Amino acid sequence: MRASVLVRPKDGILDPQGDAVRQSLRKLGFDVSSARVGRVVDLDVDADGADEARSQIERMCTELLANPLIESFEIRLEE
Amino acid sequence: MTDKPVVAVVVFPGSNDDHDAAWALGAVGAEPELVWHADAELPPETAAVVLPGGFSYGDYLRTGAIASLAPLMAAVREFAVRGGPVLGICNGFQILCEARLLPGVLRPNRQLEFVCRDATVRVDNAASVFLRRCVSGQELVIPVKHGDGAWYADGGTFVQLAARGQIVLRYTEDVNGALGNVAGVVNEAGNVMGLMPHPEHAVDPLLGSADGGLLLAGLVDAASAHRALIAA
Repeated sequence: MRASVLVRPKDGILDPQGDAVRQSLRKLGFDVSSARVGRVVDLDVDADGADEARSQIERMCTELLANPLIESFEIRLEE
Repeated sequence: MTDKPVVAVVVFPGSNDDHDAAWALGAVGAEPELVWHADAELPPETAAVVLPGGFSYGDYLRTGAIASLAPLMAAVREFAVRGGPVLGICNGFQILCEARLLPGVLRPNRQLEFVCRDATVRVDNAASVFLRRCVSGQELVIPVKHGDGAWYADGGTFVQLAARGQIVLRYTEDVNGALGNVAGVVNEAGNVMGLMPHPEHAVDPLLGSADGGLLLAGLVDAASAHRALIAA
């Protein structure tokens, strides 16, 4: 099963990378008041059904893919 | 057994201060032994562990995240749980945070620039195991060189850590955007410490400062005490 994990800096966490991107976008003339930079992890997972895939990926997120102190994650399963 | 305590220096792929750490530890009275991260066990005579600086696994995912899962880290965790002294320097600090052996996390420097210079840190808690050769309030000059050195924990955790004396070193100025200018912390038991500055680069006045030697000598004292404890 294919899935994507979106890892984002949590709300309120300073994101200097996002801020640098925002400033550069403004230099290009775009009216951007906020930019936050996270990462995407695309996965192929062997699992029996969507529920099992989701619970496996949740564990992957808490054990490695995201640091819960500073990052949130969102799991998107491909149908 | 030599009369010097054996300090294991863990080598990860991408460590680059492992030899400096080993040299400096030797200079302050330890018997350093480089240990490969893929080994399952620490040398049996290990009296302390140092996780050195560098860029383990190219800082992939998050700094220290991949290295925190190295086979040897299970042995380091067990050593720490039994009270063994463990010191993480720079990338080693990042690894200990990712392994959740230390509180908080190291984030990219607020200024988004790699910072490489001497930094002045103040000893906040000289009762801490590794800082007993210092006095509280003492200022030490130790170089920093990192891109991800901004220590962070949530506000409640920070207050709790400060109250318990777990914030042991603070920069005297804002170096990287770290919460509370924190440069070094210890775990609740006090036997695991991490810091961003590099004491192994400051053990000789010829190199600009010998202040780092105080900290490493404190580690060697702790190693000797731990060795005596397990021998008893």
